[in-house]
Amino acid sequence: MKPSSFSYHAPASAKEAVELLAELGDGAKVIAGGQSLIPMLALRLAAFEHLIDIRDVPGVRGISGRDGSVSGEAVWIGAGTTQAAIGRSALVAAKIPLLARATPLIGHFQIRNRGTIGGSLAHAEAAAEYPAVALTLDAVIETVSPRGQRAIPANGFFTGLWTTALEPDELLTGVVFGVPGGRAGFAIEEFSRRPGDFAVAGAAIAIELAGRNGPDPRDAPVSRCGIGLFGLGPTPLRASAAEAAVTGTPAGDVSTDARAREIGQAAVADLESVPSDLHGPAAYRKRVGAALVATAWLRAISEALGEEAVSA
Amino acid sequence: MPDIGIEIGVNGRLRRARVEPRLTLVDFLRERCQLTGTHVGCEHGVCGACTVLLRSPGEDEGPPEGQAVRACLVFAVQADGGEVTTIEGIATGAGAGTGGAEPEAGQLSVVQTAFREHHALQCGFCTPGFVISVTAFLRDQPNPTDEQIRDALSGNLCRCTGYQGILAAVRAAADNLRTDGPQTTTQETR
Repeated sequence: MKPSSFSYHAPASAKEAVELLAELGDGAKVIAGGQSLIPMLALRLAAFEHLIDIRDVPGVRGISGRDGSVSGEAVWIGAGTTQAAIGRSALVAAKIPLLARATPLIGHFQIRNRGTIGGSLAHAEAAAEYPAVALTLDAVIETVSPRGQRAIPANGFFTGLWTTALEPDELLTGVVFGVPGGRAGFAIEEFSRRPGDFAVAGAAIAIELAGRNGPDPRDAPVSRCGIGLFGLGPTPLRASAAEAAVTGTPAGDVSTDARAREIGQAAVADLESVPSDLHGPAAYRKRVGAALVATAWLRAISEALGEEAVSA
Repeated sequence: MPDIGIEIGVNGRLRRARVEPRLTLVDFLRERCQLTGTHVGCEHGVCGACTVLLRSPGEDEGPPEGQAVRACLVFAVQADGGEVTTIEGIATGAGAGTGGAEPEAGQLSVVQTAFREHHALQCGFCTPGFVISVTAFLRDQPNPTDEQIRDALSGNLCRCTGYQGILAAVRAAADNLRTDGPQTTTQETR
């Protein structure tokens, strides 16, 4: 179908954009790449009186390292940066491997040429890759509104189905990912019926080990782990209980197939509101989720231990 | 909902128009430029029939002809100041300076030739999207594996061929492009 009519605005600055959002209220929506928004408009699942295109807004595109003398090294990615640009970025591949590995799973390459990271996060599709990766890596989402700038931790950003902590007059400008300092491993796994479809279920794993140069990494305790789930609830989720059970355990003790399967089971054990639709009932999705967590966990822990090269 | 004045380069020719903001790029190309080679299938980004090359305004990196995008998932107003290449601009000698409705006869591109030689089309509805997608893919990945070819084709749907002819055509086109120019070939995908 064709989208319903709207007025089009292309403000020249972030300030102008948020003033427009404040002035136009609920009838206005920000558009960046439009790869999620335009299908919703075309299917008439959504309609807005005003679209505010951020194409001319400076300072919301690009990828750059941030020197972190205070809080550690980090990488900033502008909200308007396309998924394709992230996929091509050597900096992302080197510093934020989980994001790099998630990128080819998004849609198709034609979609990634337009779709942006800010759009992915603001759209907050529960089965999408970038929201789950941001959550798993404890990324920080940067915004601006007429009241000034704000930094929102990812764990407080995804508040419900297609709903975020963004205020109606707030513009997502960028996202900051911390760079782990020592031994670490990352993996993302998803299952979908066809390439490019939304995942029936998916898991993103980030593991960091304590101690940069210990004699045997297998003795190093897991200092931080993120187990992110997508397609398994109304929002992307962290399996906090499963993470807590593993944190502090020597890496060698959680690197076996059996332990990985246990972690997978634990990660989905407490899930509520697992979607159930023609792609699979809730119980099936949980089984798939547990298996994907286990697979991703093994790849991530192997990488952290330096036991095998894990490729994207 | 005021109309917006736009200027878009289409196959090398500047097109000016006043359009409704909700007009998609594919409808702009078909209805306002009379370039009906770009097809409208699903209108929500799934089928790939409307794929075109778009160089976005202000895009200062990447190839001059731009990237493969869904023309149904871009509003024409978003492409203002950009450059579009459609299927009519793919054949050598076609496109630039033509009247639009009846492009000049040109020489088929390597990808187009391979599609013809390998029976990569039946009804032809999906073919413009496939040719554009494959043209961009082989430009960026001149030496693809069969697996990469399959992944690259996953964003275009064909309901006639069963894809085997298309896979063979892309394999052949990749090989021919690497050896500098179209050659008749009987290489198979597997």
